[in-house]
Amino acid sequence: MMDSPMLKLVVCVKQVPMVSELPWDSKTGTLKRNMAEGMMNPACKHALEAALEIKNSHGAHITTLSMGPPMAEEILRESLAMGADRSILLTDPRMAGADTLITSYTLAHAIAKECPDFDLILCGCQTSDSETAQVGPQLAEELDIPAVAYVKQVEIAGRRVRMQRESDDFLETLEMDMPGLITVSTAGYPPRYVSLCGLQLAFEAGDIVRRSMDDIGLESADVGMQASPTRILDVYSSIARKKNIVLKGTPKKSVETLFDQFGDKLSGVMAKDLKTHDHDRNDDDREDE
Amino acid sequence: MTEKMNKPGQRICVFGDYRNYFQNRVTLQLLARARELAPAIGAEVCAVVFGSQVSEYVCEYIAHGAQTVYVADDPVLKDYCVETYLFLAEHLIRQYRPDIFLIGATDFGREFAPRVAKRLKTGLTADCIGLEINADGLLVQTAPSFGGNLIATIITPEKRPQMATVRPGTFKELPHNDAAAGRIVSIPVPSDLPIPRVRLVHSERKPPREQRIEDAGIVICGGRGMGSRTKFKKLFEMARLMGAEVGATRPVVHSHWADHDCLVGQAGKNIHPRILFSLGVSGAIQHTAAIHDADLIIAINKNPNAAMMKMADVAIVADAGQFCSAMIRELKNRIRE
Repeated sequence: MMDSPMLKLVVCVKQVPMVSELPWDSKTGTLKRNMAEGMMNPACKHALEAALEIKNSHGAHITTLSMGPPMAEEILRESLAMGADRSILLTDPRMAGADTLITSYTLAHAIAKECPDFDLILCGCQTSDSETAQVGPQLAEELDIPAVAYVKQVEIAGRRVRMQRESDDFLETLEMDMPGLITVSTAGYPPRYVSLCGLQLAFEAGDIVRRSMDDIGLESADVGMQASPTRILDVYSSIARKKNIVLKGTPKKSVETLFDQFGDKLSGVMAKDLKTHDHDRNDDDREDE
Repeated sequence: MTEKMNKPGQRICVFGDYRNYFQNRVTLQLLARARELAPAIGAEVCAVVFGSQVSEYVCEYIAHGAQTVYVADDPVLKDYCVETYLFLAEHLIRQYRPDIFLIGATDFGREFAPRVAKRLKTGLTADCIGLEINADGLLVQTAPSFGGNLIATIITPEKRPQMATVRPGTFKELPHNDAAAGRIVSIPVPSDLPIPRVRLVHSERKPPREQRIEDAGIVICGGRGMGSRTKFKKLFEMARLMGAEVGATRPVVHSHWADHDCLVGQAGKNIHPRILFSLGVSGAIQHTAAIHDADLIIAINKNPNAAMMKMADVAIVADAGQFCSAMIRELKNRIRE
């Protein structure tokens, strides 16, 4: 392996608002997104940590890539402080509002242009804002490379990648040959701590590569909201629309109403079959206490 | 006849995800919802099943509302494989052109669906908690974001099929109907099926694990309103029956009714259950700030004005201890083992 060329890793990262401090404008019913403090999406950070561990054990060159507004530069600087070698910010107002299909298309173009000889792409398994988990798998489709989602552990031997993951109720070991893509779950690779000093150094060093739509050879019609097949009709706060059903009466009656109205939900989450109609029984009607 | 040629029969397809019980349930739930939506667009409800020796599922899907089942049944399909299923799904959709394609938001579904959507260059909404047909005949998909703090409604106006993954437990399945009739369409597995580039080396069912409260689908939180240590212990019986985990508020932990491990909130655990039962909890911010992304919050308190009751989907005005006993009895009656 000593004579093989150095591995080239690409880690896709996204800046997301801190959910716990979501500034919600209750008058207009919209998110004050410009006021939300940004951070590196947690799963992206685990993906970067996985790349850094590969770098430690095998030697690798890590490029971090983000698509977003200019302020997303912050998380790229953080990635450099953590140990990435090169950072690219894909920023262009015309790219705004892209859904996952167009985001993956745009990222694929940037990768083909900027790091065409990549060996492995690592993405977070999902973001904490839109929570779709779709961009990673769609990016692999766009680049026509093998991909595995929700990876917990990854090992590299030669050109072969071996991955462990949990999928539904199964523990799976999978293999593929590079180049490929994995999405990393938050179950493994707890991200390393970056000292304030390291962060400061990364902020002082000025080598974030900025790329626009034109730089990567895309046209307006191909990117952003207008190219996206989905349309958002409405966004609202979930708390404002909670039904808040109030049930009064004996505990027994309330429990029955609960099962009548939410039996399927309970059954689904419990993963157990529940009998649906059981009102005619008359055993044990008394309440405790 | 001419009209039929111009406007081919609409279809709503549901992906048959049968690998384990939980997945199979969401498929049945989607078939039921598809049947409710279908009349608005004059569509037929179809299930899509890939696998080996899957006739059992084909019959089950028909008994639960599928009018047609497209089935590729071949030994080569015995393992769940994203790439092989993708190949088959893409060809099937190109041939039958469903208007809507629904997939359960299981781990498999959430890995498979985005790649199907990408190949077909269509839109996909993740992890939906609501599906409707609007006046224009479009599928309106409701999806949570920002840890459930925001809800978005999304449409795919032009591209087809309109695709969504749907959170298990969102819809009610239809009762099993042995008399239901359905058409079975056999999908041939092509001889040039591409060899998957990802190889499954090993797969095993996870051993039953001790779940952590942070990962639990159902959390039952008890507060001081449970009344006593003895009554608090009943929550563990309710949790055992539901496969849930027990959480506690600070006063409960301070009174030694529960271990510190159970503490939910400041200096304790953050939880994100699908369903939260909150019994005798007033709802101090130090506690509620640690609760994220619950689809369904059920609060039980004698005081209807408690903060926890105000933020609940279902607020039950009752003594928390008595409710817990009634719940245990009802669960024992209803659970089919």
